[in-house]
Amino acid sequence: MAAEALFTVRDLGVQFTTPRGRVSAVREVSLEVRRGECLAVVGESGSGKSQLFLGCLGLLASGGVASGSARFDGQELVGSDAAARRAVLGTRLALVFQDPMNALTPHLTIGRQLAEVALDRGLLDAAGAQARSLEVLRAVRMPDPAMRLRQYPHELSGGQRQRAAIAMALMTRPELLVADEPTTALDVTVQAQVIEVLREARDRGLAVVLVTHDMGVVAGIADRVAVMYAGRVVETAPVRELFAAPAHPYTAALLASVPRLDTPLAARLAGIEGQPPAPGAEPDGCAFAPRCPAVLETCRRRRPPLEAREGRSVACHAARLPSGVAT
Amino acid sequence: MSETLLRVRKLTVRFPLRRSRLAGPRPWLTAVDGVDLEIEAGRAVGLVGESGCGKSTLARAILALVAPQAGTIEWRGQAVRHDDAAGLRRMRRELQVVFQDPVGSLDPRMSIGASVTEALEALEGPQQRAAADARVESILAEVGLDPALRARYPHELSGGQCQRAAIARALVGQPKLLVCDEAVSALDVSVQAQIVNLLGDLRRRRGLALLFISHNLAVVRHLCDEVAVLYHGRVVERATAAAIFAAPRHPYTRALLAAVPDPDPAAHRRGALPELRAAAAAEAVAGDGCAYRLRCPLADEGCRMQAPHLEDAGDGHLTACHHGRSQPPGG
Repeated sequence: MAAEALFTVRDLGVQFTTPRGRVSAVREVSLEVRRGECLAVVGESGSGKSQLFLGCLGLLASGGVASGSARFDGQELVGSDAAARRAVLGTRLALVFQDPMNALTPHLTIGRQLAEVALDRGLLDAAGAQARSLEVLRAVRMPDPAMRLRQYPHELSGGQRQRAAIAMALMTRPELLVADEPTTALDVTVQAQVIEVLREARDRGLAVVLVTHDMGVVAGIADRVAVMYAGRVVETAPVRELFAAPAHPYTAALLASVPRLDTPLAARLAGIEGQPPAPGAEPDGCAFAPRCPAVLETCRRRRPPLEAREGRSVACHAARLPSGVAT
Repeated sequence: MSETLLRVRKLTVRFPLRRSRLAGPRPWLTAVDGVDLEIEAGRAVGLVGESGCGKSTLARAILALVAPQAGTIEWRGQAVRHDDAAGLRRMRRELQVVFQDPVGSLDPRMSIGASVTEALEALEGPQQRAAADARVESILAEVGLDPALRARYPHELSGGQCQRAAIARALVGQPKLLVCDEAVSALDVSVQAQIVNLLGDLRRRRGLALLFISHNLAVVRHLCDEVAVLYHGRVVERATAAAIFAAPRHPYTRALLAAVPDPDPAAHRRGALPELRAAAAAEAVAGDGCAYRLRCPLADEGCRMQAPHLEDAGDGHLTACHHGRSQPPGG
């Protein structure tokens, strides 16, 4: 696996102008995605995980503004004009969202929609586009791919639609796929198939960013994980190290909240008491302090910086990284 | 032996489909196909299966929100008839429901307190203001909502708080059975844990019975005493939760369990996923055989010829599979 960074985010912020003033959804986020790796960005509703990538890619809803830097293979995307972004977005960098019906046009056949992706960009001729359409449908393990080309989205099941949406994203042979909750609306059986499809694409060299709240999905595909809370990255680590020894109390609480099939039954699930801070509220100290079981006096006064050590990083006054004490 | 609250016998719900030809016979979709189900007071029964398996339609039939074509439903020994408004009203005091979308199941123009009061008055008639307020406050406290939130509107609350309010609304009439249709599915995992804990507390504190419909098997394992697995409108396996999760006997149950993503990266072996064939279209499984045979690794000629009945293996573990008993447990 190459270690070269394909996608580099530095100090990314996202702000929305609302009737109540300016609200920060994402603050000072820095991340890297290397070729051929899967980075999972994990967080709960409102943590900013989706806005982070919409901000990087210039896809924020009206009133939203991104600051900082997001470079794809050296090319700056934040603040660049639409033409420059289009050269990357939808070709070298593809997107998949939670609801596949948003990606598919109801009145065109799957074959027509797949072919158009290549034809509109002048990448292939008609015959080449059709051959590539079959190839991507096979890559996502679509049953009866030749028949699917003639079908309309409503004739496919939910899982088949999501596979068609992923196939469409793969048409241009992208180098990076950003998938935002791609399995959330699907049954577990179908979810397992979609994860397998993404894992195979990753194994063929595609870099994948998976935005999700599902720790089971993360464990199944991710190489590295970034955990977000209240708009900030609070921990990053290789997936096995994160699950084996979460450094941030929030990560530990999140993992403990997941009910499992293989652990002894307890009377209660761990959960996390309280609520995350309201959007836009920025406490002086650590945003997790009011809910944190390991909270120290410092935590309420001073926000812990994200400190890196041996391939991991954590933003916590109380956290101990495996090789010593942070802060 | 405690009282049987709900007894469902041979329940069948079908929906008419559009004719493919003007003169042809009207095709029907059988969403629930001859289901038997009992729930005793204080027990939690999990109902699991993929989308489209009929689990929500079964719940809607039990709640008398859709009329069955065949079969009977008894509530505490009394037959429930869809044309008996007074009987339905009695049943609904004791049988309540919480749905998946916590914000959508509350009236956006009503404060949380007004929503709960409305439910109380719908079940018990107009109330004295002070008495109603006291009951609303006590029920909000019981579900873990600060009574100060009673004047708030759904859009001012988080998803977890709205789901607590929906539970308060369902509980205010002191029901004996709460139907939870994917009631924790839309919630974040930390909030989901809080609501699962709340439901567990309500069971212990009030002796509340649950019909817990979910596609999240780990949550079902955590909360339920018994599990019924539904496939294509039929119960294909029914046993205690402990038996289902330790030694599932139907190949479909095994496939469902194997598909649950394990939140442990060390446990993920590449290619360990069993080949789960895509759900076959409804028309492809019409006919006499087992509905699961097109996806089943064990299917043989017998499965094509005849649908298996739900049978008790002698230990209270029911399976509808010609191969259900010959399989090694855990598979």
